[in-house]
Amino acid sequence: MANWIEVCAEGEIEEEDVIRFDHDGRTFAVYRSPDDAYFATDGLCTHEQIHLADGLVMDEVIECPKHNGRFDYRTGEALGAPVCVDLKTYPAKVEGGRVLIDLG
Amino acid sequence: MDDIVIIGAGECGVRAAFTLRKLGFEGRIVLFGAETMVPYERPPLSKAKAPEHKPIAAREAFEEAQIDLRLGVTVRAIDTRAKTVTLEEGASHSYGKLLIATGARARLFPGMDDCLTLRTHEDAETIMRHVEPAATIGIVGGGFIGLELAATAVKAGADVTVIEAGPRILGRAVPEEIARLVHERHAAEGVTLLTGTGVETVRATGVTLSDGREFCFDKVIAGVGALPNTALAEDAGLDVENGIVVDGSFQASAKDVYAAGDCCRFPWRGTPVRLESWKAAQDQGTHVAEAMMGTLAPYEKVPWFWSDQYDLTLQVAGLFDPRFQTRSRGAGAAGDTHIVFQCDTAGKLVAAAGIGPGNTVAKDIKLFEKLIEKNAPLDPDALADPSHNLKTFLKAA
Repeated sequence: MANWIEVCAEGEIEEEDVIRFDHDGRTFAVYRSPDDAYFATDGLCTHEQIHLADGLVMDEVIECPKHNGRFDYRTGEALGAPVCVDLKTYPAKVEGGRVLIDLG
Repeated sequence: MDDIVIIGAGECGVRAAFTLRKLGFEGRIVLFGAETMVPYERPPLSKAKAPEHKPIAAREAFEEAQIDLRLGVTVRAIDTRAKTVTLEEGASHSYGKLLIATGARARLFPGMDDCLTLRTHEDAETIMRHVEPAATIGIVGGGFIGLELAATAVKAGADVTVIEAGPRILGRAVPEEIARLVHERHAAEGVTLLTGTGVETVRATGVTLSDGREFCFDKVIAGVGALPNTALAEDAGLDVENGIVVDGSFQASAKDVYAAGDCCRFPWRGTPVRLESWKAAQDQGTHVAEAMMGTLAPYEKVPWFWSDQYDLTLQVAGLFDPRFQTRSRGAGAAGDTHIVFQCDTAGKLVAAAGIGPGNTVAKDIKLFEKLIEKNAPLDPDALADPSHNLKTFLKAA
């Protein structure tokens, strides 16, 4: 069942950037891609539980701020050492100027 | 006969082994490690009172990748003509290609033999057993290992003194501005820092300074740098000069012999360097595996490392060069971060360093790293202006 949760207003995430979003004791990273699409993943890197929202977004890749683990934030795919476990992703959309993610 | 033998199961050797498999190498891979624990990440060892054992890969992953992991095995000799390695217990093993990834060990000056040093998980456990409330701990050397241990020890309630012979801490690694912030934080946390004081003698439980002052400690930790483990290479007749000398593909001076990680000295942008860093070990492990498989691209990864002390993280990209001017990019919006950088005379970025709570400087240092990698001339005045988004330089460069 869909469970759409409001994250923020559309303009609050800069293009090609990421923000942290906390909800119900869980933490997420919400991304805006260079071509203006929105994505969401679990907030913590699968290597050492570091929050990804402090990391750099380049194109479709988020790089962990601590040890350079890289993920494709659209699919959650881990792109090589030191990360080997994929990130969980969540559907994201914009509706009425608000960014929403589906926590299922 | 096509076996690849890797000596050293640290970050570099392990990464190389897995990369070889990923690239489709189908022969045998034998990975020798002197320690008995499943190969683990070393950065956590200095950063917590109870250092975790964090495997680089689970034992099953080695099995799955068919990497023949031989732990607790010391290699005694290399014969580059016969293309064999001889193990401590006398057995020998032939190789088609050999990677030496023996890393580095703690440097010890005369008298320091009984001091504590940090390289292995076992070393960390020994150190941390002595780190307890009210214990007096002397740390000789104000580099990253010494300072991270100082932060860990003082947080655990120990009475900590850091003694650095140079005029300031972190003399080799970061510009003065950053070192000063680190120094101030340690002082505020209650660490006693003595800089510019030469050391006359060091014992397991005391230090005499060259000005005659005498200090007694429950334990003394030596953190005065590291030396590359090159004895095997030297005995085998390979070129060694502050590390095993390798070319841009990490090939050593004998055919089919490679060296990478902390034990090697490689050319970076025309200058021979030796790095002691987790990231470099990883990058070089990957690169040397590619080279062993026949890809001869130059190694262009920008040196990068980090240090955690208290809630502060320090990140450095590139190698600071005393010939160039250090510029500041200011103190950040919240005033609790600081970033500095250097450009050469052509405006090309040489290095950048940042410090701040948590991972607040990570994005900027990552962008600086990418700009260093681009190696394009930039306007240092614009870089120094924090209102200029670094990403725009990257897109323009």
